[in-house]
Amino acid sequence: MKRAVGETPWVRRSLIAIAVGFFVLFMVVPLGVVFAIAVRDGIAPYLAAITTPDAKSAIKLTLLVAGIAVPLNIGFGIAAAWSLARFKFPGRRALLTLIDIPFAVSPVVVGMMFILLFGAHGYLHSSHKIVFAVPGIVLATTFVTIPFVARALIPALEARGPEQELAALTLGASPWQTFWRVTLPGLRWPLAYGAILSTARAIGEFGAVSVVSGHIRGETNTVPLHIEILYNDFQYQAAFAVATILVVLALATVVLQRVVEWRAERNRV
Amino acid sequence: MARRALPGFGLSLGVTLTYLGLLVVIPLSTIVLKTSSLTWAQFWTVVTAPRAVASFALSLGASLVAAAIASVFGLIVAWVLVRYEFPGRGLIDALVDLPFALPTAVAGIALTATWGSTGVLGRYLHAIGVEGAYSRLGIVIALVFLGVPFVVRTVQPVLVQLDPRLEEAAETLGATRLQAFVRVVLPALRPAIVTGFALAFSRALGEYGSVVFISGNMPGKTEIAPLLVMTKLEQFDYSGATALALVMVISSFAILIAINSFGRRSRKRDLHRKRPPEERPTLPPPATIVRGHV
Repeated sequence: MKRAVGETPWVRRSLIAIAVGFFVLFMVVPLGVVFAIAVRDGIAPYLAAITTPDAKSAIKLTLLVAGIAVPLNIGFGIAAAWSLARFKFPGRRALLTLIDIPFAVSPVVVGMMFILLFGAHGYLHSSHKIVFAVPGIVLATTFVTIPFVARALIPALEARGPEQELAALTLGASPWQTFWRVTLPGLRWPLAYGAILSTARAIGEFGAVSVVSGHIRGETNTVPLHIEILYNDFQYQAAFAVATILVVLALATVVLQRVVEWRAERNRV
Repeated sequence: MARRALPGFGLSLGVTLTYLGLLVVIPLSTIVLKTSSLTWAQFWTVVTAPRAVASFALSLGASLVAAAIASVFGLIVAWVLVRYEFPGRGLIDALVDLPFALPTAVAGIALTATWGSTGVLGRYLHAIGVEGAYSRLGIVIALVFLGVPFVVRTVQPVLVQLDPRLEEAAETLGATRLQAFVRVVLPALRPAIVTGFALAFSRALGEYGSVVFISGNMPGKTEIAPLLVMTKLEQFDYSGATALALVMVISSFAILIAINSFGRRSRKRDLHRKRPPEERPTLPPPATIVRGHV
């Protein structure tokens, strides 16, 4: 399939040049620029920028938020996949669309919804501070990452069919034994895939988190928000230094995706 | 399916409904509730204010242009990745997903620094009088960056399935290479290209993070709709923000429904080409996870 059918070598070379050129101009050079600005004053200011107390607390908060949002969505994704891929019922298609909604709503609107709910004049306002505080950031991040795991698991579970589970149940396994020993192991690669994508999004979410965070330094700043503050303060070197952390994580995400795809392909029965 | 034989329907559906109810339905309904506190006249005044209209027009226009450019580049990239061998092919195939993984704020500042008037690439544009940042072109640059992976990842799997012998047959029967591409390849790829275009377009419409840094945010000129919502929120004009948000949400739902029904239609048409189950990939392509719609 890799062989060209009929283009002249000239056409082929031009098309390859356009494709490679696109990646160079839109990805390779911009990422290079991030690293170049980050270390333009040497390695010491670079290290200083990523170890300031504000940077450290932003990293901690980002990890905390991702650490709550991703497991929640893994739990939801498993429940959604089991109900939607194994059973037919009225309203099933509507539920599938509902799972997609977080992707269709602008991040700014996502943040706004939680302010309308929990803000000073919100419908569910209470004495507990939710927006402009950590719980709001967790809620917004959870919302934007809802579809990833469910969307990876549903087609995978549908493709596998219920035969193995039915066999286990017929042989006397309890429902939970069937789930832990048959269903879950069979879904490990799609689950890993969805978890990787949702972790990347949870770490990088900007718009939704920006609306609900209140931008309190050292308290409600995630890493992307910390970068924004530095950037708007004209501390470019520091902003790009912190950004390199996220670039490295993004590259790691892309590599992990490939590894999981490769393992899933190899494990296919 | 074996509804009676399998356990756990009640529990799993209960968890799903509760979770979606609390996290999606209740928050979404606040938009409708808040808008209903406005009279029709007030709502109309907000969404037809010159600044709002300019931001909608810009968001719509820039997203359409960017999705169109992304479709062309995406098609070329998918074609090159599937049909040719060349050094660095694997690297490019992996890099395609980078815009999905890279935080939008980082993409925004990286593209601004690169394409701005003093940037490594932007200085050449600047020399010929074109501004790559703090301009409408800047917005398009950011949205093309975001849109290309959607097109590549929807077109690529279809192209892999396409048998080159069909094109060979067309050429043997006297078609030129270009005719074979336009008459044989393009019709087969059209549903995938349209889906990729729509995904890139709908993502672009709501995009905030990568655009705010590169656009310059001048009201009426380079202010996108999500940014205007943000501005109104910062001024505590929640009703105004909600009215604008409602327009955005309704238009993105319309796109979502259109994509889903289009996907279903073209899938039905393709039934005779359906692969046997053992050939179906175990993982859906990333683009379908990232934007839903299988």
